[in-house]
Amino acid sequence: MSSPPSPSPTRWFKALRRTRIEDVCLKSGAAACAEVLKRARAAFRAGRTAQDSFRLAQLEALVRMLMEHECDFVDALGRDLHKPRFETVMSELMTVKSEALHTISNLKKWMEVQRIERSWATAFDECLVVNEPLGVVLIIGNWTSPLQLCLVPLVGAIAAGNCVIISPSETCTHTAELLHRLIPAYLDNECFHSVVAAAHEIPEMIDLKFDHVFFFGDKENGIKVAQAAARTLARVTLVLSGKNPCYVDSQCDINTTARRITWARFHNAGQSAVAPDYILCHVDAKDNLLQALRCALLQFYGTDPRESRSFGRMVNEEIFNKAKDQLWRSGKVFIGGQVNDMERYIAPTVLTEVVESDPIMQQDVFGPILPILTVQDAEEAVAFINSREKPLCVYAYSSNDKAISKIMNETSSGSFCLNDSVLQSVMVGMPFGGVGASGMGSYHGRYSFDAFSHKKSCLLRTTRIECMAYLRYPPYEDRNLSLVSLASSLNLRSQGWCTIL
Amino acid sequence: MEKQVVDGLREVFQSGRSRPLQYRKQQLRALHRLITEHQADIEQSLKQDLNRNTYNTSLFELIGIESDIKLAESDLADWAGPRHVKKNLNIASDDVYIKPEPLGVVLIIGPWNYPWATVLQPLIGAIAAGNAAVVKPSELSEHSARLMNELLPLYLDKEMYQVVTGGVPETQELLKQRFDHIFYTGNSTVGKLVMEAAARHLTPVTLELGGKSPCYIDKNCDIAVACRRITWGKFANCGQTCIAPDYILCEPSVQDRIVKEIQKTLQEFYQEDPKSSPDYCRIINTRHFDRVLALMNECTIALGGESDRSQCYIAPTVLKDVLPHFKIMQEEIFGPLLPIVTVNGLSEAINFINTREKPLALYVFSSDKTVIKRMLTETTSGGVTVNDVLMHYTVNTLPFGGVGNSGMGAYHGRHTFDQLSHHRSCLIKSFAMESLNDARYPPLTAARLSKAKFFMQHHLCSCSGVCVWAVIATILAIGLLVGLIVVLIQKTPV
Repeated sequence: MSSPPSPSPTRWFKALRRTRIEDVCLKSGAAACAEVLKRARAAFRAGRTAQDSFRLAQLEALVRMLMEHECDFVDALGRDLHKPRFETVMSELMTVKSEALHTISNLKKWMEVQRIERSWATAFDECLVVNEPLGVVLIIGNWTSPLQLCLVPLVGAIAAGNCVIISPSETCTHTAELLHRLIPAYLDNECFHSVVAAAHEIPEMIDLKFDHVFFFGDKENGIKVAQAAARTLARVTLVLSGKNPCYVDSQCDINTTARRITWARFHNAGQSAVAPDYILCHVDAKDNLLQALRCALLQFYGTDPRESRSFGRMVNEEIFNKAKDQLWRSGKVFIGGQVNDMERYIAPTVLTEVVESDPIMQQDVFGPILPILTVQDAEEAVAFINSREKPLCVYAYSSNDKAISKIMNETSSGSFCLNDSVLQSVMVGMPFGGVGASGMGSYHGRYSFDAFSHKKSCLLRTTRIECMAYLRYPPYEDRNLSLVSLASSLNLRSQGWCTIL
Repeated sequence: MEKQVVDGLREVFQSGRSRPLQYRKQQLRALHRLITEHQADIEQSLKQDLNRNTYNTSLFELIGIESDIKLAESDLADWAGPRHVKKNLNIASDDVYIKPEPLGVVLIIGPWNYPWATVLQPLIGAIAAGNAAVVKPSELSEHSARLMNELLPLYLDKEMYQVVTGGVPETQELLKQRFDHIFYTGNSTVGKLVMEAAARHLTPVTLELGGKSPCYIDKNCDIAVACRRITWGKFANCGQTCIAPDYILCEPSVQDRIVKEIQKTLQEFYQEDPKSSPDYCRIINTRHFDRVLALMNECTIALGGESDRSQCYIAPTVLKDVLPHFKIMQEEIFGPLLPIVTVNGLSEAINFINTREKPLALYVFSSDKTVIKRMLTETTSGGVTVNDVLMHYTVNTLPFGGVGNSGMGAYHGRHTFDQLSHHRSCLIKSFAMESLNDARYPPLTAARLSKAKFFMQHHLCSCSGVCVWAVIATILAIGLLVGLIVVLIQKTPV
């Protein structure tokens, strides 16, 4: 055995670099934020982000960052969430890349001035809607998908011409540190910054005055963000997690249903805001569903999911303990239930005999636990869903048109997906967001661009046709009023009676 | 009492009564009848509140309301239908669309300056979108509020749409309740309080706030026409318009000419004594009268300046050589005072505007296209009218709203419907094509990753839709060609 290596300078420096995230930012979140906000505002005022060439260059740099550091991201997410490489690449890197490439190919079109159709009434005028950036946007990411939830809105904010400060979740320390290191290396250093802050510092950061705040998280913090934004009249997009119901009908392809639900519920070890939170299973389908779920789990993760390289772990002690508590105090374990404290491992678990008062039905589930409740029919499922807050997603698995129609038309949610789950939340062409207690505003693709833009209405008139305008000036005469009323009633489309004026 | 009102409305909303489009159209038609049958009463109420002339009432309020009702009635089916989203190869067999849905119970808080338009135009959108609504008209325009409280229940379904009258305590009580959207028109200070109250329940808001709307007069423009239009827009409703040109920016060389033209126009509009003109309004109350009058303190009066507190009358007033630090330049005037601030050219004007809060409206008068382009691209505001004032408000295909301190959200025409709806994304899949899904399922091997990446690449190509059509078109063309050749061969005599 050789003697231990002497502390070489290189090793000493490396040790220094592997400091904790709190040491990387010597100042508190709010103080660091104030500093970078000043720089971002100055850069915005100087017009740096105005040109499409600048925005395209930044988006291309972002794509390069993801491609060149794929291994680093896989490593960081592996350490933070025990995320399998496949999941990191597919649900994090590819999703952001897809968003960025879609935006790059459409940006010029989105930035174009929108000409409002001219009718005969507005024949002499030009009506335009111009897309303008808002200014400086704050994006607060989330630990469930630490890359995607920070970078997908970032793509939209950059495309719209804003300067951005991102705040990756401090819960995923390695990912946050990686982003903090890479962003300045790829993106413009004056316009885009990364600040790491604890949840309780966020309202203080928002008080510094942003033009738009994007927040993905839980309801309680969402309310604090909304209240802070109100103090400075900052616009908000809030995507808030809740309990996403999933109805399984007696008429459906039970095996496919079980596989799709299993994938949706147990990827990322159940730590997802868009996964089906609980199943409302038709009484006739219950037994088949349970068997099919058992089959699917076996197929996906083998006999011992702890050995499977495709299954994740809980992100930290707090989430692990909460999930464990929900598991042990709710219903009956039908499949799974094993835990391992050292690894923060919870086996993919299906619970039956769950009642509404159980802890798992009272709180959001961030863990690989799937409670199953039984309902008599779609009507009872609808009543159950509507007795609770509007969720982010409602899912239904059925081939019965009547049941489908009932679930879709008689409930409300941010989004809806029939016969699958999660996919509607990552599609570039569809807006994703919440309603009511699950949030406000939406994003993805063009909708991100719109969310982070101000649509300025412009009416361009000529001064040459002043004679037409005399009808509106005082002294007012009844004769003039009749003429104006006649003109406006003639204009069926009622697009603008302003030519007369 | 407020809680009971809101709970009652929510229960009726949840019964689904407002879902059918027929019901919504019926309510809109009833609202139309209210406006037409009681036009005289509405005009009378505004005369009592603001000394508003009947002509102005029609022009500024009723025509806009009627126009929105007609548009909603004719286009409702189109607005409320599913909006299909462009599909790509990956999900060719699926159905993907956005479905507008009602939000629930909407609160509409109106201001006193245009009490009918600013309440009924959002209400039209709320009804069209299938919501229930609480309408809270401003107590300062008390005759209008009283009339609205009387008439709305006579025409609309009073279990779905209710009026709550009162002052600050009633409004505060209302704001404690949970709504699904709050639509507020008023000033920024109260706007923040409304948004904070809404935030407690995670209620989204539309805020139509105010600010100081700048009006730049370029030296290259028809100054006479410019001044006529500005005079009309500024002094109608006695300056109490959220999008009135608040102050003028111009070069020193044209200031005197501008004052002269405005003087000429005022003479034309209101004759020698605006106080005795039937077409000139009054300030809403003595509190605002005192506030507006105090703003004149440090200024040089170029025109007007007379006032009469007993009538809440302030003459149309122009102030010249106003400096940026004067009190009048620190808050929204909302009165018939028109300060002129001189700047040395367009760049200084743009700078001046950009160092202040984002306004609700911006006006620029110029015959030089480069000047107009620079103003449009280098400043921001809720909306812009070039070579006129106020008019972008009247085009209901243009979204009307503020940005930054002047508000958030927009409305008018279809935009009100969209603002007061939830746009729910719907992905409809079948159980078929399950083998494609194998690529995403565990066990997560490298081979599966490549397969999944392959499908994602097609997802990345936004012109894939065009490719599909190109392929289909080519196949059809070849098929037709082959068919034609076969027909020709058959027809050829042997």
